[in-house]
Amino acid sequence: MSFVNLIRIALKALQRNKLRAFLTMLGIIIGVGSVIAMVAIGQGSKQSIHDQLSNMGTNMITVQPASNLNGGVRIAGASFQTLTAKDITALKATVKNISELSPSVSSKGQAINGALNWPTTMSGVSPEYLDIRKLSLRDGIAFTENDVRTSAKVCLIGQTVIDNLFPGGENPIGKIIRFGHIPFQIIGVLAPKGFNAFGQDQDDILIAPYTTVQKRILASIYYSNIYASAIDEQSTDAAVAEMTQTLRDSHRLRSFEDNDFTVRTQQELIATLSSTSGLLTVLLTVVAGISLVIGGIGIMNIMYVSVTERTKEIGLRMSIGARGKDILMQFLMEAVLISITGGVIGVLLGFVSTQIVTLTLGWPTIVSESSVVLSFVVCAVTGIFFGYYPAQKASRLDPIEALRYE
Amino acid sequence: MSKKILEIKALKREFIMGSETVHALRGINFEVDAGEFVTIMGSSGSGKTTLLNILGCLDKPTIGNYFLDGVDIKSLSRDELAQLRNHKIGFVFQAYNLLPRTTALENVELPLLYNKEISAAERRERAIHALEAVKLADRHDHTPNQLSGGQQQRVAIARALVNEPVMILADEATGNLDSRTSYEIMALMQELNSKQGKTIVFVTHEPDIASFSSRTIQLRDGIIQKDSRNENIRSAKEVLENLPVTDDY
Repeated sequence: MSFVNLIRIALKALQRNKLRAFLTMLGIIIGVGSVIAMVAIGQGSKQSIHDQLSNMGTNMITVQPASNLNGGVRIAGASFQTLTAKDITALKATVKNISELSPSVSSKGQAINGALNWPTTMSGVSPEYLDIRKLSLRDGIAFTENDVRTSAKVCLIGQTVIDNLFPGGENPIGKIIRFGHIPFQIIGVLAPKGFNAFGQDQDDILIAPYTTVQKRILASIYYSNIYASAIDEQSTDAAVAEMTQTLRDSHRLRSFEDNDFTVRTQQELIATLSSTSGLLTVLLTVVAGISLVIGGIGIMNIMYVSVTERTKEIGLRMSIGARGKDILMQFLMEAVLISITGGVIGVLLGFVSTQIVTLTLGWPTIVSESSVVLSFVVCAVTGIFFGYYPAQKASRLDPIEALRYE
Repeated sequence: MSKKILEIKALKREFIMGSETVHALRGINFEVDAGEFVTIMGSSGSGKTTLLNILGCLDKPTIGNYFLDGVDIKSLSRDELAQLRNHKIGFVFQAYNLLPRTTALENVELPLLYNKEISAAERRERAIHALEAVKLADRHDHTPNQLSGGQQQRVAIARALVNEPVMILADEATGNLDSRTSYEIMALMQELNSKQGKTIVFVTHEPDIASFSSRTIQLRDGIIQKDSRNENIRSAKEVLENLPVTDDY
């Protein structure tokens, strides 16, 4: 029997029972639709996390003091004081793969403007920090190297702090606020950045020269972090290696000693978060995949009933010349047509529901080609796999008994 | 001497039922020539159905030989038998066995779908011719539930004719029909036999039906009891004309 005739026979058989064929497809439609939609939502959230992190500067490198043993007592990294001006000098002198460098210290406290006050954090950094963190000014000017040298009492202010200290909408530029009993003149306003991926308000901040914070507020010579920018994203790893070696030399660590600092890149963070949302995608896909299998079992069930119900038809077909192989192929083709048609409708449903999610909930979604192709292949395989057993049963019927079947 | 279509030699068919062996056919010999109209008669249990299955190449003899159009079916595989049925036999069943929700034309085309040498255009043309031969040219698009019993059986006969078989094998083809319609079907069969020279083997248990054929084979307990030429063939067409006109419908 030719392939064209085979498709013709299977199509006609399905046409005789349109509603049943559609109901059988429903499992596949829902299965494929949900695979497409789930993967699209998972991919979308992964992409949006990646975008947010890129916004923070993908070639940014941070150095933190690490926990270490000090006379047998383990000390938490944050309270361990290892990063000093000497490290900055060494890094600036030796590391070629970084373009910008900024030490960072921070102090929590109340910012006060007349009768209003607001608890916030003051970061003490160098002017390069704005570039490294991809921060920009909405208004005013940034402080300079000269301000760093003179420990000038100037600061940049974030939008959240403005909202709380200047609720009337007055221009904060040039105003004096107090932080830790020290009066600071506001010289610039940071462009709002909103919340980051961890739910932190990135606008609830004051930024001042690090020397000012170190000398006038903290009275400390240590840095809590060092921020650096690699020349580009590709040279990040090289920069990390160089920085690690430089800091080990600067800290006079012997070869058997562990690092007393950690060097992190955004890549690690991106990878971590991506793998989290990647795991979510896998879970959603598995759930959707299960529904696809259930759809397949639905096909098997209906094909099985169909074989029993159409025993007489099978007997007739055999008596007029259909071979076992022809009957097998007919039922297999019916199952595959059901599953593939269901797959096509399912892909469309997936697209539509993805669009609905994006439009109504505002979630970012990305329909990946691979999920469409994969669902399609799975559909065809499901049809063949679950259609084979009933089809084989049909093909092995004895024409004499099948003809007499009532 | 005309060509032999069927040749049956010392044919036996036994079934094993548990520990018992049932002898359905106990040694049968007969031949059918091209253009004959043979009825096979017998009461139930006479081996009629078993013989029919073997004649239709749906079953094989246990012992003995069956040549259909010169081919010994004993050596053929399941698939080869299917192909033989497709090319050489036209079945007409008691229950018509048309595909539901399928037009008359598509039902008639069905056997040709399993013959890959025939193109779609030729298939259609031959199906239309076959429907014309059974006088249903105007019912192409009717599905079985839109046709009367007699019309359905005529579609089934068209389906049996469409592959141009060497033999039409009818199994109680008039069993589900009233006598008037039965005579119509028999008239059609006689016409196909006489005008187109079709060989017809008609299995029935009604002596009335047998009287329209040229030869009757009587089966009893698995052997041929009587094999006689019918000297006085009735014409179904005349019987039909002489039937009183009923108006009780």
